[in-house]
Amino acid sequence: MKKLLTTSVLAAATFGVAATAQAESLTVLSWGGAYASSQREAYYKPYTAATGTQIVEDEFNGELAKIKAQVEAGNVTIDVADLESATALQGCDEGVLEVIDWSRIPNADDFIPGSKLECGVGTITWATIVAYNTTAFSGDQPSTMADFFDLDKFPGKRGVRKSPKVMLEFALIADGVPAADVYDVMDTEEGIDRAFAKLDTIKDSIVWWESGSQPPQLLADGEVTMSAAWNGRIQSAIDGENQPFKIIWDGQNLDFDMWVIPKGTPNLDKAYDFLKFASAAKQMGTQHTYIGYGPVTNEAGTMIVDDKLAEKLPSAPVNLGNWVPHNLDYWADNFDDLNERFLAWVSQ
Amino acid sequence: MAIATDSSQPLTTADGTPLRQSLRRAERLNKLRAFGLVAPLFLFILVFFVFPIAKLASVSVDNSIVPEILTNTVEAIQDWDGTDLPPEPVWKAMAADLVEGKKNRNIAKVGKRLNFEKPGFRRLLIKSARKADKLEAPYKESLIKANKKWADPEFWRVLQRESGDYTFSYILRAVDMTYSEEGSVTMVDDKNAVYLDIFGRTLFISAQVTLTCLLLGFPIAYLLSTLPAKTGNMLMIFVLLPFWISLLVRTTAWIVLLQDQGVINSALIGIGVINEPLELIRNRVGVVVAMTHILLPFMILPLYSVMKGINPSLMRAAKSMGANPAIAFWRVYTPLTVPGIGAGGLLVFIISIGYYITPALVGGPKDIMASQLIDIQMNQQLNWNMASAIGVVLLAITLVLFAIYNRLVGIDRMKMG
Repeated sequence: MKKLLTTSVLAAATFGVAATAQAESLTVLSWGGAYASSQREAYYKPYTAATGTQIVEDEFNGELAKIKAQVEAGNVTIDVADLESATALQGCDEGVLEVIDWSRIPNADDFIPGSKLECGVGTITWATIVAYNTTAFSGDQPSTMADFFDLDKFPGKRGVRKSPKVMLEFALIADGVPAADVYDVMDTEEGIDRAFAKLDTIKDSIVWWESGSQPPQLLADGEVTMSAAWNGRIQSAIDGENQPFKIIWDGQNLDFDMWVIPKGTPNLDKAYDFLKFASAAKQMGTQHTYIGYGPVTNEAGTMIVDDKLAEKLPSAPVNLGNWVPHNLDYWADNFDDLNERFLAWVSQ
Repeated sequence: MAIATDSSQPLTTADGTPLRQSLRRAERLNKLRAFGLVAPLFLFILVFFVFPIAKLASVSVDNSIVPEILTNTVEAIQDWDGTDLPPEPVWKAMAADLVEGKKNRNIAKVGKRLNFEKPGFRRLLIKSARKADKLEAPYKESLIKANKKWADPEFWRVLQRESGDYTFSYILRAVDMTYSEEGSVTMVDDKNAVYLDIFGRTLFISAQVTLTCLLLGFPIAYLLSTLPAKTGNMLMIFVLLPFWISLLVRTTAWIVLLQDQGVINSALIGIGVINEPLELIRNRVGVVVAMTHILLPFMILPLYSVMKGINPSLMRAAKSMGANPAIAFWRVYTPLTVPGIGAGGLLVFIISIGYYITPALVGGPKDIMASQLIDIQMNQQLNWNMASAIGVVLLAITLVLFAIYNRLVGIDRMKMG
């Protein structure tokens, strides 16, 4: 009886979306905005042209809850999703994602280090960077991570993501910690204190953001003069809307996005077919022409021929002077505690 | 004599059955019919109210995942006295569980659970499971060789403490408490204390909203109840109109009004009252203003229906006996509205406590309310146990307040209309 009730209640809750998944279509969950547009051009449209399968797009803010709820209710309508690497790891731990059978991805050996997870197939490299509005400062322009924390030299509000992730890394870099040592310092209590102390110096000037589309908006509206942001979103605003923004390539945090398959999708074979298609250099090598995110296979990397486009990518050598690779394991271990401390700090 | 004998005999109906029995049967039929009529409602409350709350409470203490996955270890560790490191059988059991967990691919699940108790536990279990096949007797040395963290007795003590089917860790954490290294319950470090602060703030904001609703709603309800029916009904539509507009739309409208370049600030700057925009949004002012607007009808409606029922001749009588209008209003009219104030106040207050979308949109980080904490646990951290625990604490706080209210005002004095 209890089980019956649970299933029927959950089934009722998800019934609304159950109708969208059909045999001749594949539902892909992604982030919306400029990023989804680039995926549409690089993957969805060519895939439909090649196979006749329609791609049904669904949108979210990167949270796993939606997938988890579907998997636990046994009614999975999302066939493929695009997750941050940390979330893909989390979903794998939770057992709500399919373990990837790499033998079904022909170019599996060509992926760059870090872009292959147990439950995730890499799709892009992206970076959390600091960007600023060039019209905000008349004299010197900011050029380092330390400048983001320097309110005297570069006055104005700062846009910051409402999460301890990456912001603690930024604070330590600005405080003079070498990029290579950031996560070692964060492994100590004093290191965390140090990061929060640095964040304290700009606390009163912070405007918080939660979705990736907010930072370009905050910069454009003049609500902030500098903001932490995802590099592709800023690049799209520069290229697409002629916004006077500039990205500071210093101390950025480099990460991957992953294609994942929710456990129990009725379209498992088709989902693998899509991942195979999207991992091929022919497709992956075109995405960077639509948004400033880099490919994750070597062969797709060789398809970046336009130097102007190459410079905009987080994987471009010219941008890799001082950078930090995102440490998945660190955050999987410490996020609970640090987020509690972060919330306490934010709300005081 | 004969009469006395008769009265000792039970009364019977025409067909000879005892009257009491026959009556009982008739009553039973009535009871069944009455029950049949309320059955749908009863079932509804059971399925959509009692069952979810019971489920919520059980999830908030659920720890079944640990004994489920680390079956052998949990059994073996019971006999350990907690000093130094556990004896060899426990190590052997852990090695067996790691092999099993690796095979079933669920070691990360229990790792995440234990990581909540002690950061690092997740990585320890996952890394050890990867090497599980190479573990051999003596398992103690073998495990420590695989990962030297196993030599830290703290991990074993946490495991021993959290080996049952139930745990109070989540509930404790939801009130800023935790277990110390020795296993006793203590307050968490000040730097990590977040829940009590936010519960307190949630109650405070709710009280602020209730008070402003009362101050604004009372005169409106009074006006509505004293106007002639035609005008009164007309004005009533204005009260009800926002009620029919989506909550999200109304909240967004307040953002348009209150933001730095919003309608209010532009107007004030335009007529030269201020030079710099006032900070009206992403702070407490915005939250209280928007919530008050949204919850005002919940205050006005009960007040109105109570005021409508107050006999106007009572006021006239008070005045005829020499009370001036203010005293008559304060000493005769206001006490009669208390049931309405109680109902409206309780309604607004309790709805406020669970408010989510409005503080999330117009509030700043210093206005985070309890439901936002639940959202963070549900969506970001995927810790549904912790989300349930916060829900349980919130429910407990609400029930305590309700009991206090009942003691002070009396729930039977509440009038919805």
